Amino acid sequence: MAYPAIQAVSSSELPSMRILIIEDDREAANYLVKALREAGHVCDLATDGEEGFHLANTRDYDVMVVDRMLPQKDGLSVISQLREKGVGTPALILSALGQVDDRVTGLRAGGDDYLAKPYAISELLARIEVLGRRRGGKDIETVYRVGDLELDRLSHEVKRGGKTIVLQPREFRLLEYMMKHAGQVVTRTMLLENVWDYHFDPQTNVIDVHISRLRSKIERDFGPPLLHTVRGAGYIMRAGE
Amino acid sequence: MRVRGGRFAERLRALWRVTAVRLSAIYLLLFAVFAVVLVFYVTATASGVLESQSRETITQEITELGRVYGQTGIYGLVRSIDLRSRQPGASLYLVTDATGRIVAGNVVSLDAGVLDTVGFTPRTFNYERYADSGVDPSKDRFHLALAQVEALPNGMRVLVGRDQTDQVRFRGIVRNALILALALMGVGALFAWFLVGRQALRRLDAMSASSNRILAGDLSERLPVTGAGDEFDRLSENLNRLIGRVALLQEGLRQVSDNIAHDLKTPLARLRNRAEAALAGGGADPRSALEGMIAEADGMIRTFDALLMIARVEAGSHPVMMMRVDLSQLAADVAELYEPLAEEAEAQLVLEAPMPVMAMVSRELISQAISNLVDNALKYAEMPDGRATRIVIRVLQAEPGRCVIEVADNGPGIPADKRGRVLERFFRLDESRTKPGSGLGLSLVQAIARIHGGTIALGDAEPGLTVRLELPTDGRPGEDGDDG
Repeated sequence: MAYPAIQAVSSSELPSMRILIIEDDREAANYLVKALREAGHVCDLATDGEEGFHLANTRDYDVMVVDRMLPQKDGLSVISQLREKGVGTPALILSALGQVDDRVTGLRAGGDDYLAKPYAISELLARIEVLGRRRGGKDIETVYRVGDLELDRLSHEVKRGGKTIVLQPREFRLLEYMMKHAGQVVTRTMLLENVWDYHFDPQTNVIDVHISRLRSKIERDFGPPLLHTVRGAGYIMRAGE
Repeated sequence: MRVRGGRFAERLRALWRVTAVRLSAIYLLLFAVFAVVLVFYVTATASGVLESQSRETITQEITELGRVYGQTGIYGLVRSIDLRSRQPGASLYLVTDATGRIVAGNVVSLDAGVLDTVGFTPRTFNYERYADSGVDPSKDRFHLALAQVEALPNGMRVLVGRDQTDQVRFRGIVRNALILALALMGVGALFAWFLVGRQALRRLDAMSASSNRILAGDLSERLPVTGAGDEFDRLSENLNRLIGRVALLQEGLRQVSDNIAHDLKTPLARLRNRAEAALAGGGADPRSALEGMIAEADGMIRTFDALLMIARVEAGSHPVMMMRVDLSQLAADVAELYEPLAEEAEAQLVLEAPMPVMAMVSRELISQAISNLVDNALKYAEMPDGRATRIVIRVLQAEPGRCVIEVADNGPGIPADKRGRVLERFFRLDESRTKPGSGLGLSLVQAIARIHGGTIALGDAEPGLTVRLELPTDGRPGEDGDDG
């Protein structure tokens, strides 16, 4: 079931998800569980690899968050063994290592996303939302719509209120990503990773400038704003307030 | 007693651990073996020569006596022997009849059984000369001799021999002289050896004493160099260079720790101040105070990330996934990322990458390096007179196997004497201290250049700064493709 792209909802208005957290640092885990529950999700917590593996293998979750270094069984083994058993629950790997190629090994083991510690809780929440909703089938849609904005993924045409908007290739990809995750908070790092494929942190916030440029193209001559800034987190694409 | 014995054994073992003693002992043993062999060989050869001389003389006399016997018969023989016996320095003669009674000659008695075997006596035997018999009983009357025994048809025996006393004495003298000489030589050589070895080992001891002081933490200490230019000096010089490098690294490390302490204390202090202000609630919006604190914390995390990255790259522990990419495309992507920012800053960002330059690199790291350089240029190249900033990214093939990525600006540049220092971690020019930044950007670029087996050079763009990265196109030999 795909969520209608036009539906204007904030993250918290989306149906709740079942989330498994495998993390041995209790303080970090409790904080995370609290934040996720406040966002309306249901959480289970496992504090070692074996327990996490058992839970993920026997229950159904929308997303799992796996710390890389765990007692009993390390995070990467948990994920790769789950994948061998055919458990495809999207997994977000947390790691204190946080270097480029740690990410590569993490994703190779079957992880779907990777976040280095220390992370901003807003960043983690945004990523969990995106991972959990990923199975919505957005990838097969050819036209994304938010309000009166329309993006055709095949012809690369963007229209708002029937008027064509000309975008640079990168601007198109930026808008495409934002619209694909309409209604979800998207962080700057997520944009850097998914639109530019960079996993480093540029010293200056270059993304803001790209967003404001895109914003001026899709909003200046048109109606209400669609691309909103979420303070301390990132951006969200949605129609209306 | 047992205790003392134990202590003695212990001291002996300790002594044995001294290399000079051990080497000397081995030397002494080898020398002794050679000396013994030599003494035996020389004395055996000498006595062999003397013995064969005696035998020759005896054979001659036997021949002569045989002729006398042939011409004049037994009486002529006895007379001739009698005559010869009385001459001074005569050989030994003895004629006995069939019953063993002495008929003629100058031998009174000899070892039993000597006369029983015809031919040369196999070894020397004792005998008593007629002239010596009954003279002085205390004097040793018996002498050593070699002889040949002949049997006459009538059962008589004739013995002709040569006294061997002198030969035996000579052999003894030779042997004693040899032993003495060799012993003196051995002791002398041993002594010399010990001194020489001790000298060499003393230098080793000095070196090890110095190294102990260095190990104890005194990095200003150096191993002694005598100036002789020998192996020890070369070893010392090399080790001194090594120590110098370690000292340099340690100094760098100390500086870096100082800088880390300083550069992290500053934002921590700011963080604390903000928290305090927010707590006091002096009219300021607590939300914006909290946001400011988060930004501060993010800045510190970024600094740590950069430090960690540099450290891992420098230690070579950062597994890098190298792949063949077009550097021109990489540069174009970074330029595209920064283009809106440049436009906002009213700076001109120019890409001069006319043709593809393929190289084996980490796309991620090289992108980060170019991004850092462009970021720096945007931050620091601004001129106070309001002249438009112009940043040029160049990618070119330098020579076969080498490629160059260059980022040049037209800003104030960096004075030549500070160009080396800006590559150091946390070093920032005074003019740039007011601008945001960690002072790690260029260090990171340098580390990235190093991990690719390349170099970084800062130059004058007249006006402005040029940062030139030179990289091998085939990746670092032996390290490419390692993706852990």
